Amino acid sequence: MEFGRISRRHLLQGGAALTLGAAAGARPSFAAETTIGFIYVGSRDDYGYNQAHAQGAAALKKIPGLKVVEEEKVPETDAVEKTIESMINLDGATLLFPTSFGYYNPHMVKMANKFPKLHFEHCGGLWSDKDPKNAGSYFGYIDEAQYISGIVAGYTSKSGKLGFVAAKPIPQVLRNINAFALGARLANPKATTQVIFTGDWSMPVKEAEATNSLIDQGVDVLTCHVDGPKTMVENAARRGAMVCGYHVNQSPLAPKAYLTGAEWNWEALYPKFVKMIAAGESIPNFYRGGLKEEIVKTSPYGEAVSAEARKHADDVKAKFFSGDGYAIFKGGLVDNKGKTVIAAGTDRGQKDPELEKMDYLVEGVVGATS
Amino acid sequence: MTTEAADPVEAVGSIAPAADPGFLQRHGGAIEYILIPGAALAGALGAFGIFVAMFGKNPLDLYFYMYYGAFGTWFSWQNTLTRAAPLILTALCTALPAQLGMVIIGGEGALLIGALSATSAALVLQGMPPLIVQIAMVVAGVIGGGLWVMLSGALRQYRGVNETISSLLLVHIALAVLNHLVEGAMRDPASLNKPSTREIGAANMIGSIPGTDVHWGLVFGLIAAIAAYILIYHTVFGFAARVAGGNIRAAKIVGLNVSKLILTICFLAGGAAGLAGMVEVAAVQGRTNANLAAGYGFTGILVAFLARQNPLAIIPVAILLGGISASGGLLQRRLGLPDASVLVLQGIIFVFVLASDALYGRIGFLKGKS
Amino acid sequence: MADGSIGLWTVPLAVLGGAIRVSTPFLFVSLGECITERSGRINLGLEGTLVMGAMSAYGISYLTGSPWLGVLAAGITGALLGALHAGICSLPRVNDIAVGIALMLFGTGLAFYLGKPLIEPTAPRLPAIDFGWWSDIPQVRAALRVNVLFLIGVALAPILYWAFRTTRWGLLIRTAGESSDAARAMGHSVLLIRLRATMVGGFLAGIGGSFLSLFYPGSWNEGLSSGQGITAVALVIFARWDPLLCLWASLAFGGAAALGPALQSVGVTSGYHLFNAAPYILTLAIMIITCSPKRTLTGAPAELSITR
Repeated sequence: MEFGRISRRHLLQGGAALTLGAAAGARPSFAAETTIGFIYVGSRDDYGYNQAHAQGAAALKKIPGLKVVEEEKVPETDAVEKTIESMINLDGATLLFPTSFGYYNPHMVKMANKFPKLHFEHCGGLWSDKDPKNAGSYFGYIDEAQYISGIVAGYTSKSGKLGFVAAKPIPQVLRNINAFALGARLANPKATTQVIFTGDWSMPVKEAEATNSLIDQGVDVLTCHVDGPKTMVENAARRGAMVCGYHVNQSPLAPKAYLTGAEWNWEALYPKFVKMIAAGESIPNFYRGGLKEEIVKTSPYGEAVSAEARKHADDVKAKFFSGDGYAIFKGGLVDNKGKTVIAAGTDRGQKDPELEKMDYLVEGVVGATS
Repeated sequence: MTTEAADPVEAVGSIAPAADPGFLQRHGGAIEYILIPGAALAGALGAFGIFVAMFGKNPLDLYFYMYYGAFGTWFSWQNTLTRAAPLILTALCTALPAQLGMVIIGGEGALLIGALSATSAALVLQGMPPLIVQIAMVVAGVIGGGLWVMLSGALRQYRGVNETISSLLLVHIALAVLNHLVEGAMRDPASLNKPSTREIGAANMIGSIPGTDVHWGLVFGLIAAIAAYILIYHTVFGFAARVAGGNIRAAKIVGLNVSKLILTICFLAGGAAGLAGMVEVAAVQGRTNANLAAGYGFTGILVAFLARQNPLAIIPVAILLGGISASGGLLQRRLGLPDASVLVLQGIIFVFVLASDALYGRIGFLKGKS
Repeated sequence: MADGSIGLWTVPLAVLGGAIRVSTPFLFVSLGECITERSGRINLGLEGTLVMGAMSAYGISYLTGSPWLGVLAAGITGALLGALHAGICSLPRVNDIAVGIALMLFGTGLAFYLGKPLIEPTAPRLPAIDFGWWSDIPQVRAALRVNVLFLIGVALAPILYWAFRTTRWGLLIRTAGESSDAARAMGHSVLLIRLRATMVGGFLAGIGGSFLSLFYPGSWNEGLSSGQGITAVALVIFARWDPLLCLWASLAFGGAAALGPALQSVGVTSGYHLFNAAPYILTLAIMIITCSPKRTLTGAPAELSITR
């Protein structure tokens, strides 16, 4: 059938593409079309986590010679293995970005072992020496941006009570909560941050209920760590509370209530990765960075943010950008049960792997990890 | 329930078996069972083609990619079969009780509990020879899932609680139990950002069918479906179940132990779904976590109804639906259709197949009017 | 109190507020399903109708700027899906439960498919009526901000209760549900009665969806329903096909949904997954206590496939 043959030829085009990063001397430009696969766990228009990645993928589409294939709502089961294989076998993808934490082990590791010549970059995973060399994990220290949000929130709150709507008590979430709470305490040493866990990444009714409960408790500034912050932002703003956003800039949803927010900056990172590969450099298997490395960013301040708050927040931000870096989690840190979790004198810098295992809530956070 | 035992009003004018020696007369039923679903499928694909055409996509491209993604290559076939494997087992969870006239829609819950039980068994037996651990996992998974659905059966028999509702409620409860344990008592401290139980260990994994990437769950599913078919259609027990399903009062009059029938059938049904959970742990995830709630239990309901609750028909239907989800990714990548197009297509196919039920016994040339 | 907090009072207040805020979709879907099931048919597809209603309400509200047009659109969408369900079910030997599952998939899929561009924009929302004006406590005032749809739903329950008993239409629906032969003998088309009952049921379920996207939580996204439609269908059986009981059951479910987050906010943090499952555990417990194997469910329409 004529139709079939044409399509088949089209399908095979991907296979002829240049293999990314195969040789050190690869041309810095993309002679043949190179295909990059992006896999999202949710809808790529979720106004949150997945949309942030899709914006990064969109930045790659602008680069000539690159072809981006995307698949959304891929569950963290063997379905993602099949999606990866399908992108490789049928689309000729040579670089893959599975962007959800649960894709890493066992699924992506298995695929990286199966296709040793292709390159895998996972968002959030913890690559170790035992994992295949053609796989890598990258993530952003978005707690730096949450820390800035915390400072702004601390200044803005009249009651000194802040709220955090969180999905699950896992290290990445706890680190954000703690950074937000510590930032708030820079502004107001008496500030408390109350956390409510909804139990899953996308539970709009629970998120709205959590928001209402927090505000009923006297909380007047909220932020969150769920996949789609829209519900929290809109419901908090409706009740007259202020909000800090997450994942992407949600200020259009509540321009008056939006203070600032912790955003991903994948549209800066992904083109950087691709250029590194094209130039024949290898991406470090364990790639991390924060504000300075332009992996995360903060939303522009809203009109409700005072000059004092802006100044303090900008000062701290400047420290993150400075050569020495800045430790959010300093020695002598006590958790909210009174236990010292970081011994006095040993500051834990952002790259400290211990922080990736965080299982406590710091002093000033109201809530429990289990 | 849709069964061949149609009510007398409908049977008027339909094929009267063995009344006439003509070929069509004798085989009309069998031909109908192929012709009618086939026509329904074609109709559904036509309707879906029109649907995507309304969004400016070429329906011919659509059909090609669907075929290509599901059955076009050896890889596609493996992709399809991998996705079909859990569906065969979870479909049995609905199809077996349907023989008794019960509508169980709680396969997802049994799958989760089966996975939890199987994982617990493996963790308790750490260090034992793999074969023993694997057998224990199968037994634990079947018992766990079996008891979970048997609970719905028992509630119906002894308390008169509607089994459709109780099984649905038990899905939500099973998920809460799983999350509670995985994030609490059974959590592996090293699982960090994906709260999970400890791993069952690489040695205890059941792996793939030699020469393929398809895991052994497919074989388990085939065996279970064939066994269920033999049980229902070729044993006294199955005959008794069908009698009870047709008319409970008649069953009691002839002295059948209806309680025993209900409990046994529900146990076997839940056991099948529990086995699916065990396979997901032992062949895919290697541990239990929230990823297991991937909706296999719910898709299984669809498979069972499309297969008209016939255990053997479940096999091709599961492969068909596995193929649709396997090709769903390609539709996203090549045609830019959203992920939800798979749901739309499943809905359309289901509607057409159900509507085609009306055609049985009504196709003129099969009535053998020669 | 001086700091604006109300301490432990948060819990009962959140449950009350939750009962008002969260219950409305349950109420509309269960009342709609009540009508459908009383006519002798079960429509499990209302989950899809709810989601489709939420999406179309949001879309129309966004495009026209009028949330009330959105509500109307949601109702019409729901009625059309109801007509589709009834149409397929009126074919001989077609199983209504299966058609419901098909339409659940179809409705949800279609809503997700068409709703992709609607996740980011903000649509005009339905207004709230402030019933807490008498209180100085902001938490009480917030809990008593009520949408008129809730009031309509609350009023609808006794009206339906009355209508089922005394009006001609109510009797016709119940006759079709109890004995299709009797309805036929009276010279009525059972299929037509059920078609209308299913369309009205779909209309109400669609409006329940519009409440989700246009009032609370108040935006469109794909996780919006998380199974509320199918739960509401279960509530009808739980409520014994009695519209008044549907009202109480919906309120209880709404309140229970608020329990998990509220308990956490006052410091009860352990086992929040189990608290979040409270509505389901409670429903099951109540069913176990109140059902009996000796008799069929009182109020169960005899023609209903699920109770036969």
